[in-house]
Amino acid sequence: MPLSDYDMIIGLEVHVELKTASKLFCSCATRFGAEPNSQVCPVCLGLPGALPVLNERALEYAVVAALALNCQIAKYSKFDRKQYFYPDLPKAYQISQYDLPLAKDGWILIPAASGESGESKKAGIIRVHLEEEAGKTVHSGTGILDSDCALEDYNRCGIPLLEIVGAPDLRSPKEAKNYLEKLKTLLLYTGVSDCKMEEGSLRCDANISLRPKGGKEFGTPVEIKNMNSFRAVEAALEYEAQRQAKLLDDGVKIAKQTRAWDENKGITAYMRSKEEAGDYRYFPEPDLPPLIIESERVEQLRRTLPELPDSRRKRYIDLWGLPGYDAELISNSRPLAEFFETAVNLYGEAKTVANWVINELLRLVNQEGMAIETIKLLPDQLVKMLKMIDAGTISGKIAKTVFEAMFKSGKDPESIVQEKDLVQINDFEELKTIVADALDANPESVADYLRGKERALDFLVGRVMKETKGRANPGMVNQLLREELERRR
Amino acid sequence: MNLTQANIEEIARLARLELSEAEEEEFTRQLNRILGFMERLNRVDTTGVEPTAHVVPLFNVFRPDQTEPSLDPEAVLANAPERDGNFFKVPKVLED
Repeated sequence: MPLSDYDMIIGLEVHVELKTASKLFCSCATRFGAEPNSQVCPVCLGLPGALPVLNERALEYAVVAALALNCQIAKYSKFDRKQYFYPDLPKAYQISQYDLPLAKDGWILIPAASGESGESKKAGIIRVHLEEEAGKTVHSGTGILDSDCALEDYNRCGIPLLEIVGAPDLRSPKEAKNYLEKLKTLLLYTGVSDCKMEEGSLRCDANISLRPKGGKEFGTPVEIKNMNSFRAVEAALEYEAQRQAKLLDDGVKIAKQTRAWDENKGITAYMRSKEEAGDYRYFPEPDLPPLIIESERVEQLRRTLPELPDSRRKRYIDLWGLPGYDAELISNSRPLAEFFETAVNLYGEAKTVANWVINELLRLVNQEGMAIETIKLLPDQLVKMLKMIDAGTISGKIAKTVFEAMFKSGKDPESIVQEKDLVQINDFEELKTIVADALDANPESVADYLRGKERALDFLVGRVMKETKGRANPGMVNQLLREELERRR
Repeated sequence: MNLTQANIEEIARLARLELSEAEEEEFTRQLNRILGFMERLNRVDTTGVEPTAHVVPLFNVFRPDQTEPSLDPEAVLANAPERDGNFFKVPKVLED
Protein backbone atom coordinates (compact mmCIF):
# COMPACT_ATOMS: atom_id res chain seq x y z
CA MET A 1 0.00 0.00 0.00
CA PRO A 2 1.17 3.56 -0.57
CA LEU A 3 3.08 5.40 2.11
CA SER A 4 0.01 7.56 2.72
CA ASP A 5 -1.75 4.47 4.15
CA TYR A 6 0.80 4.35 6.96
CA ASP A 7 1.24 6.58 9.99
CA MET A 8 4.80 7.68 10.49
CA ILE A 9 5.94 7.68 14.10
CA ILE A 10 9.04 9.81 14.50
CA GLY A 11 10.94 10.83 17.60
CA LEU A 12 14.19 12.77 17.64
CA GLU A 13 17.06 12.64 20.06
CA VAL A 14 19.08 15.83 20.02
CA HIS A 15 22.45 16.51 21.61
CA VAL A 16 23.67 20.06 22.12
CA GLU A 17 26.98 21.20 23.53
CA LEU A 18 26.60 23.82 26.23
CA LYS A 19 28.82 26.83 25.67
CA THR A 20 30.59 26.96 28.99
CA ALA A 21 34.20 28.13 29.13
CA SER A 22 35.39 24.95 30.85
CA LYS A 23 34.41 21.30 30.61
CA LEU A 24 31.65 19.56 32.58
CA PHE A 25 33.81 17.90 35.22
CA CYS A 26 37.23 19.56 34.88
CA SER A 27 38.79 22.97 34.19
CA CYS A 28 40.02 22.26 30.65
CA ALA A 29 38.94 24.83 28.05
CA THR A 30 36.22 23.95 25.54
CA ARG A 31 37.50 26.07 22.66
CA PHE A 32 36.65 24.64 19.24
CA GLY A 33 39.47 24.06 16.78
CA ALA A 34 42.37 23.90 19.26
CA GLU A 35 45.42 21.71 18.56
CA PRO A 36 44.58 18.01 19.08
CA ASN A 37 44.90 16.82 22.67
CA SER A 38 45.90 20.26 23.95
CA GLN A 39 42.77 20.70 26.12
CA VAL A 40 42.87 17.56 28.21
CA CYS A 41 43.77 16.68 31.80
CA PRO A 42 43.75 13.64 34.08
CA VAL A 43 39.97 14.03 34.69
CA CYS A 44 38.82 14.03 31.06
CA LEU A 45 41.43 11.42 30.13
CA GLY A 46 40.15 9.20 32.90
CA LEU A 47 43.53 8.72 34.54
CA PRO A 48 43.45 6.79 37.83
CA GLY A 49 42.73 8.88 40.89
CA ALA A 50 41.24 11.85 39.05
CA LEU A 51 38.10 13.30 40.61
CA PRO A 52 35.34 14.92 38.52
CA VAL A 53 33.65 18.03 39.98
CA LEU A 54 30.51 19.43 38.35
CA ASN A 55 30.66 22.79 36.55
CA GLU A 56 27.91 24.86 38.17
CA ARG A 57 27.25 26.96 35.07
CA ALA A 58 26.73 23.83 32.98
CA LEU A 59 24.03 22.77 35.42
CA GLU A 60 22.42 26.22 35.30
CA TYR A 61 22.47 26.20 31.50
CA ALA A 62 20.89 22.76 31.49
CA VAL A 63 18.11 23.90 33.83
CA VAL A 64 17.50 27.08 31.81
CA ALA A 65 17.31 25.08 28.56
CA ALA A 66 14.95 22.56 30.13
CA LEU A 67 12.72 25.39 31.37
CA ALA A 68 12.58 26.89 27.87
CA LEU A 69 11.35 23.46 26.73
CA ASN A 70 8.61 23.56 29.38
CA CYS A 71 10.11 20.68 31.37
CA GLN A 72 9.68 19.81 35.01
CA ILE A 73 13.00 20.11 36.82
CA ALA A 74 13.70 17.17 39.10
CA LYS A 75 14.27 18.12 42.70
CA TYR A 76 16.62 15.15 43.02
CA SER A 77 18.81 13.83 40.25
CA LYS A 78 22.10 12.03 39.94
CA PHE A 79 24.80 10.97 37.53
CA ASP A 80 25.43 7.43 36.33
CA ARG A 81 28.17 5.60 34.49
CA LYS A 82 27.29 4.22 31.08
CA GLN A 83 29.84 1.57 30.19
CA TYR A 84 30.92 0.90 26.66
CA PHE A 85 34.16 0.49 24.79
CA TYR A 86 34.94 2.92 22.07
CA PRO A 87 38.26 4.66 21.50
CA ASP A 88 36.71 8.15 21.75
CA LEU A 89 35.87 7.38 25.39
CA PRO A 90 39.14 7.00 27.30
CA LYS A 91 37.47 6.09 30.62
CA ALA A 92 35.50 3.28 28.91
CA TYR A 93 32.41 4.81 30.47
CA GLN A 94 30.51 8.02 29.92
CA ILE A 95 29.19 10.02 32.85
CA SER A 96 25.54 10.49 32.00
CA GLN A 97 22.17 10.39 33.75
CA TYR A 98 20.05 7.28 33.65
CA ASP A 99 17.00 6.74 35.84
CA LEU A 100 16.86 10.16 37.51
CA PRO A 101 17.40 12.75 34.75
CA LEU A 102 17.62 16.46 35.44
CA ALA A 103 14.31 17.26 33.76
CA LYS A 104 11.35 15.61 32.08
CA ASP A 105 7.82 16.00 30.67
CA GLY A 106 8.30 19.07 28.50
CA TRP A 107 6.87 20.19 25.17
CA ILE A 108 7.45 22.68 22.42
CA LEU A 109 5.03 24.25 19.99
CA ILE A 110 5.82 23.45 16.36
CA PRO A 111 4.10 24.24 13.06
CA ALA A 112 1.98 21.21 12.16
CA ALA A 113 2.96 19.82 8.78
CA SER A 114 -0.59 18.85 7.85
CA GLY A 115 -3.71 20.94 8.16
CA GLU A 116 -4.08 24.68 7.85
CA SER A 117 -0.96 26.76 7.57
CA GLY A 118 -0.31 28.60 10.78
CA GLU A 119 -1.72 25.72 12.80
CA SER A 120 0.62 24.47 15.48
CA LYS A 121 0.91 21.34 17.58
CA LYS A 122 2.61 20.40 20.81
CA ALA A 123 5.53 18.02 20.46
CA GLY A 124 6.50 16.32 23.69
CA ILE A 125 9.93 16.23 25.30
CA ILE A 126 10.35 13.05 27.32
CA ARG A 127 13.50 13.99 29.18
CA VAL A 128 16.48 16.31 29.27
CA HIS A 129 19.72 15.24 30.89
CA LEU A 130 23.29 16.32 31.29
CA GLU A 131 26.23 14.19 30.19
CA GLU A 132 29.79 14.49 28.97
CA GLU A 133 30.89 14.59 25.34
CA ALA A 134 33.10 11.91 23.90
CA GLY A 135 36.31 12.66 22.02
CA LYS A 136 36.57 13.07 18.29
CA THR A 137 37.71 10.26 16.00
CA VAL A 138 39.48 11.11 12.78
CA HIS A 139 39.81 8.25 10.31
CA SER A 140 43.02 8.04 8.43
CA GLY A 141 42.82 7.08 4.78
CA THR A 142 40.05 8.28 2.51
CA GLY A 143 37.10 6.98 4.50
CA ILE A 144 35.82 4.95 7.39
CA LEU A 145 36.01 1.67 5.46
CA ASP A 146 39.49 1.66 3.99
CA SER A 147 41.38 3.21 6.89
CA ASP A 148 43.45 0.80 8.95
CA CYS A 149 43.57 2.94 12.08
CA ALA A 150 41.70 5.70 13.88
CA LEU A 151 43.14 8.92 15.30
CA GLU A 152 41.76 10.24 18.58
CA ASP A 153 41.55 13.83 19.76
CA TYR A 154 40.20 14.10 23.31
CA ASN A 155 39.75 17.89 23.38
CA ARG A 156 36.00 17.41 22.99
CA CYS A 157 35.93 14.74 25.66
CA GLY A 158 34.12 16.09 28.72
CA ILE A 159 32.46 19.12 27.12
CA PRO A 160 28.99 19.47 28.67
CA LEU A 161 26.32 17.91 26.53
CA LEU A 162 22.58 18.18 26.89
CA GLU A 163 20.57 15.23 25.64
CA ILE A 164 17.01 16.12 24.68
CA VAL A 165 14.81 13.11 24.05
CA GLY A 166 11.72 13.99 22.06
CA ALA A 167 8.47 12.02 22.29
CA PRO A 168 7.36 9.98 19.25
CA ASP A 169 4.90 12.76 18.42
CA LEU A 170 6.15 13.71 14.97
CA ARG A 171 4.17 12.42 12.01
CA SER A 172 6.20 13.40 8.97
CA PRO A 173 9.77 14.27 7.98
CA LYS A 174 8.60 17.88 7.58
CA GLU A 175 7.35 17.93 11.16
CA ALA A 176 10.68 16.52 12.28
CA LYS A 177 12.42 19.41 10.55
CA ASN A 178 9.97 21.88 12.12
CA TYR A 179 10.70 20.36 15.53
CA LEU A 180 14.45 20.76 15.05
CA GLU A 181 14.11 24.34 13.86
CA LYS A 182 11.94 25.26 16.83
CA LEU A 183 14.22 23.49 19.27
CA LYS A 184 17.21 25.34 17.85
CA THR A 185 15.36 28.66 18.00
CA LEU A 186 14.52 28.11 21.67
CA LEU A 187 18.04 27.02 22.60
CA LEU A 188 19.57 29.98 20.77
CA TYR A 189 17.13 32.27 22.64
CA THR A 190 18.36 30.96 25.98
CA GLY A 191 21.97 31.42 24.86
CA VAL A 192 23.14 28.12 26.36
CA SER A 193 24.47 26.71 23.09
CA ASP A 194 25.47 28.07 19.71
CA CYS A 195 23.75 25.09 18.03
CA LYS A 196 26.17 24.86 15.12
CA MET A 197 25.47 21.63 13.32
CA GLU A 198 28.53 22.11 11.11
CA GLU A 199 30.79 22.24 14.19
CA GLY A 200 28.89 19.39 15.79
CA SER A 201 27.55 21.45 18.68
CA LEU A 202 24.05 20.27 17.69
CA ARG A 203 23.50 16.70 16.56
CA CYS A 204 20.40 14.70 15.89
CA ASP A 205 19.49 11.01 15.76
CA ALA A 206 16.04 9.96 14.60
CA ASN A 207 13.79 7.03 15.43
CA ILE A 208 11.13 6.09 12.94
CA SER A 209 8.55 3.35 12.63
CA LEU A 210 5.44 2.91 10.53
CA ARG A 211 2.03 1.50 11.37
CA PRO A 212 -1.14 1.12 9.34
CA LYS A 213 -3.00 4.43 9.40
CA GLY A 214 -5.05 4.93 12.54
CA GLY A 215 -3.42 1.97 14.32
CA LYS A 216 -2.68 2.04 18.02
CA GLU A 217 0.36 -0.23 18.24
CA PHE A 218 3.82 1.13 17.60
CA GLY A 219 6.06 -0.66 15.09
CA THR A 220 9.72 -1.48 15.73
CA PRO A 221 11.66 1.79 15.61
CA VAL A 222 14.77 2.06 13.48
CA GLU A 223 17.40 4.53 14.61
CA ILE A 224 19.11 6.72 12.01
CA LYS A 225 22.42 8.41 12.67
CA ASN A 226 24.97 10.49 10.80
CA MET A 227 22.72 13.31 9.59
CA ASN A 228 24.65 16.55 9.28
CA SER A 229 21.92 19.08 8.58
CA PHE A 230 18.20 19.59 9.22
CA ARG A 231 17.67 19.02 5.51
CA ALA A 232 19.52 15.68 5.84
CA VAL A 233 17.25 14.65 8.73
CA GLU A 234 14.21 15.31 6.57
CA ALA A 235 15.69 13.49 3.56
CA ALA A 236 16.85 10.49 5.62
CA LEU A 237 13.40 10.12 7.20
CA GLU A 238 11.73 10.35 3.81
CA TYR A 239 13.99 7.63 2.46
CA GLU A 240 13.61 5.42 5.53
CA ALA A 241 9.80 5.70 5.55
CA GLN A 242 9.70 4.52 1.92
CA ARG A 243 12.10 1.67 2.68
CA GLN A 244 10.07 0.46 5.66
CA ALA A 245 6.76 0.73 3.78
CA LYS A 246 8.14 -1.51 1.03
CA LEU A 247 9.30 -4.12 3.56
CA LEU A 248 6.01 -4.04 5.46
CA ASP A 249 4.10 -4.39 2.18
CA ASP A 250 6.09 -7.55 1.51
CA GLY A 251 5.26 -8.85 4.96
CA VAL A 252 8.83 -8.46 6.23
CA LYS A 253 9.21 -7.72 9.92
CA ILE A 254 11.36 -4.64 10.65
CA ALA A 255 14.32 -5.55 12.86
CA LYS A 256 15.48 -3.23 15.60
CA GLN A 257 18.64 -1.66 14.25
CA THR A 258 20.74 1.44 13.79
CA ARG A 259 21.23 2.74 10.26
CA ALA A 260 23.54 5.46 8.95
CA TRP A 261 22.45 8.15 6.51
CA ASP A 262 24.69 8.26 3.45
CA GLU A 263 24.43 11.82 2.19
CA ASN A 264 26.08 11.13 -1.16
CA LYS A 265 23.98 8.11 -2.07
CA GLY A 266 20.83 9.48 -0.43
CA ILE A 267 20.14 6.23 1.40
CA THR A 268 20.23 4.80 4.92
CA ALA A 269 22.54 1.81 5.34
CA TYR A 270 22.62 -0.87 8.02
CA MET A 271 25.10 -0.04 10.80
CA ARG A 272 24.43 -2.39 13.70
CA SER A 273 21.72 -4.16 15.63
CA LYS A 274 20.73 -1.86 18.46
CA GLU A 275 22.50 -2.56 21.72
CA GLU A 276 20.04 -3.21 24.48
CA ALA A 277 20.08 -0.69 27.32
CA GLY A 278 21.14 -3.44 29.72
CA ASP A 279 24.42 -3.86 27.90
CA TYR A 280 25.52 -0.46 29.16
CA ARG A 281 25.42 -1.68 32.78
CA TYR A 282 24.58 1.76 34.21
CA PHE A 283 25.32 2.32 37.85
CA PRO A 284 25.36 5.46 40.02
CA GLU A 285 28.54 7.51 39.53
CA PRO A 286 30.23 7.18 42.93
CA ASP A 287 32.54 10.17 42.35
CA LEU A 288 29.71 12.69 41.98
CA PRO A 289 27.31 13.45 44.79
CA PRO A 290 23.65 13.77 43.77
CA LEU A 291 21.94 17.04 42.90
CA ILE A 292 19.18 18.67 44.86
CA ILE A 293 17.57 21.62 43.12
CA GLU A 294 15.01 23.43 45.24
CA SER A 295 12.03 25.08 43.58
CA GLU A 296 13.26 28.54 44.67
CA ARG A 297 16.42 27.96 42.65
CA VAL A 298 14.38 26.79 39.67
CA GLU A 299 12.23 29.93 39.83
CA GLN A 300 15.34 32.09 40.15
CA LEU A 301 16.71 30.55 36.96
CA ARG A 302 13.33 30.81 35.22
CA ARG A 303 13.46 34.57 35.77
CA THR A 304 16.69 34.73 33.76
CA LEU A 305 14.90 33.43 30.66
CA PRO A 306 14.29 36.03 27.97
CA GLU A 307 10.79 36.42 26.56
CA LEU A 308 10.51 33.39 24.26
CA PRO A 309 9.47 33.40 20.59
CA ASP A 310 5.89 32.09 21.05
CA SER A 311 5.05 34.89 23.43
CA ARG A 312 6.68 37.51 21.20
CA ARG A 313 4.91 36.22 18.10
CA LYS A 314 1.56 36.41 19.87
CA ARG A 315 2.28 39.94 21.07
CA TYR A 316 3.31 41.11 17.59
CA ILE A 317 0.05 39.78 16.15
CA ASP A 318 -2.35 40.73 18.95
CA LEU A 319 -0.89 44.04 20.06
CA TRP A 320 0.97 45.32 17.04
CA GLY A 321 -1.26 43.90 14.30
CA LEU A 322 1.48 42.14 12.35
CA PRO A 323 0.54 39.39 9.88
CA GLY A 324 1.35 35.90 11.20
CA TYR A 325 4.11 35.40 8.64
CA ASP A 326 5.96 38.57 9.68
CA ALA A 327 5.51 37.83 13.38
CA GLU A 328 6.84 34.29 12.94
CA LEU A 329 9.85 35.35 10.90
CA ILE A 330 10.90 38.14 13.25
CA SER A 331 10.28 36.29 16.52
CA ASN A 332 12.35 33.31 15.33
CA SER A 333 15.57 35.13 16.02
CA ARG A 334 16.24 36.80 19.34
CA PRO A 335 18.62 39.48 18.01
CA LEU A 336 16.24 40.25 15.15
CA ALA A 337 13.26 40.43 17.51
CA GLU A 338 15.18 42.74 19.83
CA PHE A 339 16.23 45.00 16.96
CA PHE A 340 12.65 45.10 15.72
CA GLU A 341 11.15 45.84 19.12
CA THR A 342 13.58 48.66 19.87
CA ALA A 343 12.76 50.23 16.51
CA VAL A 344 9.00 49.85 16.98
CA ASN A 345 9.18 51.39 20.43
CA LEU A 346 10.98 54.41 18.96
CA TYR A 347 8.90 54.70 15.80
CA GLY A 348 5.45 53.61 16.96
CA GLU A 349 4.23 51.87 13.84
CA ALA A 350 5.10 48.17 13.69
CA LYS A 351 4.17 47.10 10.17
CA THR A 352 6.44 49.67 8.49
CA VAL A 353 9.35 48.60 10.68
CA ALA A 354 8.55 44.92 9.98
CA ASN A 355 8.63 45.55 6.22
CA TRP A 356 12.05 47.14 6.40
CA VAL A 357 13.37 44.46 8.71
CA ILE A 358 12.10 41.59 6.57
CA ASN A 359 12.54 42.97 3.06
CA GLU A 360 15.75 44.92 3.46
CA LEU A 361 17.56 43.95 6.64
CA LEU A 362 17.13 40.18 6.30
CA ARG A 363 17.88 40.35 2.59
CA LEU A 364 21.20 42.13 3.22
CA VAL A 365 22.08 39.91 6.18
CA ASN A 366 21.52 36.79 4.05
CA GLN A 367 23.28 38.29 1.06
CA GLU A 368 26.35 39.07 3.16
CA GLY A 369 26.10 35.77 5.04
CA MET A 370 26.23 37.62 8.35
CA ALA A 371 24.83 36.91 11.79
CA ILE A 372 22.29 39.49 12.96
CA GLU A 373 24.27 39.96 16.18
CA THR A 374 27.17 41.38 14.20
CA ILE A 375 25.42 44.04 12.07
CA LYS A 376 26.54 47.65 12.37
CA LEU A 377 23.11 49.18 11.77
CA LEU A 378 21.33 50.33 14.92
CA PRO A 379 17.55 50.33 15.40
CA ASP A 380 17.49 54.09 16.00
CA GLN A 381 19.21 54.68 12.65
CA LEU A 382 16.42 52.82 10.89
CA VAL A 383 13.90 54.93 12.82
CA LYS A 384 15.65 58.19 11.87
CA MET A 385 15.50 57.10 8.25
CA LEU A 386 11.79 56.25 8.49
CA LYS A 387 11.15 59.72 9.93
CA MET A 388 13.06 61.26 7.00
CA ILE A 389 10.70 59.44 4.62
CA ASP A 390 7.70 60.69 6.60
CA ALA A 391 9.03 64.25 6.52
CA GLY A 392 9.55 64.04 2.75
CA THR A 393 13.30 64.53 3.05
CA ILE A 394 13.91 61.35 1.09
CA SER A 395 11.65 59.22 -1.08
CA GLY A 396 10.80 55.66 -0.18
CA LYS A 397 12.79 54.50 -3.16
CA ILE A 398 15.90 56.49 -2.25
CA ALA A 399 15.50 55.20 1.29
CA LYS A 400 16.47 51.72 0.07
CA THR A 401 19.80 53.15 -1.11
CA VAL A 402 20.21 54.95 2.21
CA PHE A 403 19.34 51.77 4.11
CA GLU A 404 21.92 49.71 2.25
CA ALA A 405 24.57 52.38 2.87
CA MET A 406 23.68 52.49 6.58
CA PHE A 407 23.83 48.71 6.73
CA LYS A 408 27.26 48.62 5.13
CA SER A 409 28.86 51.59 6.92
CA GLY A 410 26.93 51.93 10.18
CA LYS A 411 26.66 55.68 9.49
CA ASP A 412 23.61 57.79 10.36
CA PRO A 413 21.06 58.32 7.58
CA GLU A 414 21.50 62.13 7.69
CA SER A 415 25.18 61.96 6.85
CA ILE A 416 24.57 59.41 4.08
CA VAL A 417 21.89 61.61 2.52
CA GLN A 418 24.26 64.58 2.73
CA GLU A 419 27.28 62.75 1.36
CA LYS A 420 25.46 61.12 -1.53
CA ASP A 421 23.27 64.14 -2.22
CA LEU A 422 20.08 62.14 -1.91
CA VAL A 423 17.77 64.82 -0.54
CA GLN A 424 14.37 64.64 -2.16
CA ILE A 425 13.44 67.42 -4.59
CA ASN A 426 10.21 68.89 -3.26
CA ASP A 427 10.62 72.28 -4.92
CA PHE A 428 7.55 72.94 -7.07
CA GLU A 429 9.20 75.23 -9.61
CA GLU A 430 12.26 73.05 -9.99
CA LEU A 431 10.15 69.94 -10.58
CA LYS A 432 7.90 71.80 -12.99
CA THR A 433 10.90 72.66 -15.19
CA ILE A 434 12.18 69.07 -15.11
CA VAL A 435 8.71 67.73 -16.02
CA ALA A 436 8.36 70.17 -18.90
CA ASP A 437 11.80 69.18 -20.23
CA ALA A 438 10.86 65.49 -20.04
CA LEU A 439 7.67 66.09 -22.05
CA ASP A 440 9.53 68.15 -24.66
CA ALA A 441 12.08 65.36 -25.08
CA ASN A 442 9.45 62.62 -25.50
CA PRO A 443 6.70 63.87 -27.81
CA GLU A 444 5.61 60.29 -28.78
CA SER A 445 4.85 59.41 -25.20
CA VAL A 446 2.93 62.63 -24.78
CA ALA A 447 0.90 61.77 -27.86
CA ASP A 448 0.37 58.19 -26.62
CA TYR A 449 -0.89 59.44 -23.28
CA LEU A 450 -3.24 61.90 -24.88
CA ARG A 451 -4.62 59.01 -26.98
CA GLY A 452 -5.50 57.28 -23.74
CA LYS A 453 -2.44 55.10 -23.18
CA GLU A 454 -2.10 55.32 -19.42
CA ARG A 455 1.18 53.38 -19.49
CA ALA A 456 2.90 56.25 -21.24
CA LEU A 457 2.65 58.11 -17.95
CA ASP A 458 4.79 55.46 -16.21
CA PHE A 459 7.43 55.91 -18.87
CA LEU A 460 7.43 59.67 -18.33
CA VAL A 461 7.65 59.27 -14.55
CA GLY A 462 10.64 57.03 -15.20
CA ARG A 463 12.29 59.72 -17.36
CA VAL A 464 11.90 62.32 -14.60
CA MET A 465 13.23 59.93 -11.96
CA LYS A 466 16.22 59.08 -14.14
CA GLU A 467 16.90 62.76 -14.72
CA THR A 468 16.81 63.45 -10.95
CA LYS A 469 18.57 60.18 -9.99
CA GLY A 470 15.43 59.15 -8.14
CA ARG A 471 15.36 62.23 -5.94
CA ALA A 472 12.16 63.79 -7.27
CA ASN A 473 9.18 63.59 -4.94
CA PRO A 474 7.16 60.87 -6.69
CA GLY A 475 3.75 62.17 -5.65
CA MET A 476 4.52 65.65 -6.93
CA VAL A 477 6.00 64.31 -10.18
CA ASN A 478 2.85 62.32 -10.86
CA GLN A 479 0.60 65.28 -10.21
CA LEU A 480 2.73 67.74 -12.21
CA LEU A 481 2.98 65.36 -15.15
CA ARG A 482 -0.79 64.91 -15.36
CA GLU A 483 -1.37 68.66 -15.12
CA GLU A 484 1.27 69.46 -17.72
CA LEU A 485 -0.02 66.72 -20.06
CA GLU A 486 -3.58 68.00 -19.79
CA ARG A 487 -2.36 71.51 -20.62
CA ARG A 488 -0.86 70.08 -23.83
CA ARG A 489 -4.03 68.32 -24.91
CA MET B 1 20.10 -16.18 42.06
CA ASN B 2 22.86 -18.33 40.68
CA LEU B 3 25.39 -17.27 38.06
CA THR B 4 26.29 -19.82 35.43
CA GLN B 5 29.50 -20.05 33.53
CA ALA B 6 27.62 -18.61 30.55
CA ASN B 7 26.87 -15.45 32.61
CA ILE B 8 30.55 -15.13 33.40
CA GLU B 9 31.44 -15.44 29.73
CA GLU B 10 28.99 -12.66 28.90
CA ILE B 11 30.29 -10.38 31.66
CA ALA B 12 33.85 -11.03 30.48
CA ARG B 13 32.85 -10.23 26.90
CA LEU B 14 31.28 -6.90 27.91
CA ALA B 15 34.41 -6.04 29.92
CA ARG B 16 36.66 -7.19 27.04
CA LEU B 17 38.36 -9.74 29.29
CA GLU B 18 39.79 -12.96 27.96
CA LEU B 19 39.40 -15.71 30.57
CA SER B 20 40.70 -19.23 30.49
CA GLU B 21 38.35 -22.13 31.19
CA ALA B 22 39.86 -22.45 34.67
CA GLU B 23 39.43 -18.72 35.37
CA GLU B 24 35.80 -18.84 34.24
CA GLU B 25 35.11 -21.65 36.71
CA GLU B 26 37.00 -19.80 39.45
CA PHE B 27 35.13 -16.50 38.87
CA THR B 28 31.78 -18.26 38.62
CA ARG B 29 32.39 -19.67 42.09
CA GLN B 30 33.71 -16.35 43.50
CA LEU B 31 30.92 -14.23 42.07
CA ASN B 32 28.31 -16.65 43.36
CA ARG B 33 29.80 -16.27 46.83
CA ILE B 34 29.54 -12.49 46.51
CA LEU B 35 25.94 -12.77 45.39
CA GLY B 36 25.30 -15.10 48.30
CA PHE B 37 26.48 -12.35 50.61
CA MET B 38 24.10 -9.92 48.88
CA GLU B 39 21.31 -12.39 49.58
CA ARG B 40 22.16 -12.09 53.25
CA LEU B 41 21.96 -8.28 52.98
CA ASN B 42 18.56 -8.66 51.34
CA ARG B 43 17.29 -10.20 54.57
CA VAL B 44 17.95 -6.99 56.50
CA ASP B 45 14.65 -5.30 57.41
CA THR B 46 14.64 -2.01 55.45
CA THR B 47 11.05 -1.04 56.19
CA GLY B 48 10.85 2.76 56.21
CA VAL B 49 14.36 3.23 54.77
CA GLU B 50 14.35 5.20 51.53
CA PRO B 51 16.37 3.67 48.69
CA THR B 52 19.40 5.75 47.81
CA ALA B 53 22.12 5.73 45.19
CA HIS B 54 24.60 7.51 47.44
CA VAL B 55 25.37 6.88 51.06
CA VAL B 56 27.63 9.88 51.74
CA PRO B 57 25.57 12.83 53.05
CA LEU B 58 26.85 15.16 50.32
CA PHE B 59 25.06 16.89 47.47
CA ASN B 60 25.53 19.82 45.06
CA VAL B 61 29.30 19.87 44.99
CA PHE B 62 30.22 22.36 42.28
CA ARG B 63 33.16 24.18 40.78
CA PRO B 64 32.92 27.58 39.06
CA ASP B 65 33.10 27.69 35.26
CA GLN B 66 36.75 28.71 35.10
CA THR B 67 39.46 27.29 32.92
CA GLU B 68 42.85 26.21 34.10
CA PRO B 69 45.84 25.19 31.99
CA SER B 70 45.53 21.68 30.60
CA LEU B 71 48.34 19.13 30.41
CA ASP B 72 51.13 19.57 27.93
CA PRO B 73 50.25 17.47 24.83
CA GLU B 74 53.62 15.73 25.11
CA ALA B 75 52.75 14.58 28.61
CA VAL B 76 49.32 13.51 27.41
CA LEU B 77 50.72 11.51 24.52
CA ALA B 78 53.46 9.94 26.64
CA ASN B 79 50.85 7.30 27.55
CA ALA B 80 49.72 6.68 23.98
CA PRO B 81 50.46 3.19 22.69
CA GLU B 82 51.02 4.85 19.31
CA ARG B 83 50.73 8.41 18.09
CA ASP B 84 50.32 10.23 14.82
CA GLY B 85 51.25 13.88 15.28
CA ASN B 86 49.30 14.99 18.34
CA PHE B 87 46.66 12.29 17.93
CA PHE B 88 46.36 9.00 19.76
CA LYS B 89 46.60 6.30 17.11
CA VAL B 90 44.38 3.29 17.75
CA PRO B 91 43.32 0.26 15.74
CA LYS B 92 40.40 0.78 13.40
CA VAL B 93 37.07 0.36 15.12
CA LEU B 94 34.85 -2.39 13.82
CA GLU B 95 31.18 -2.43 14.74
CA ASP B 96 29.94 -5.77 16.08
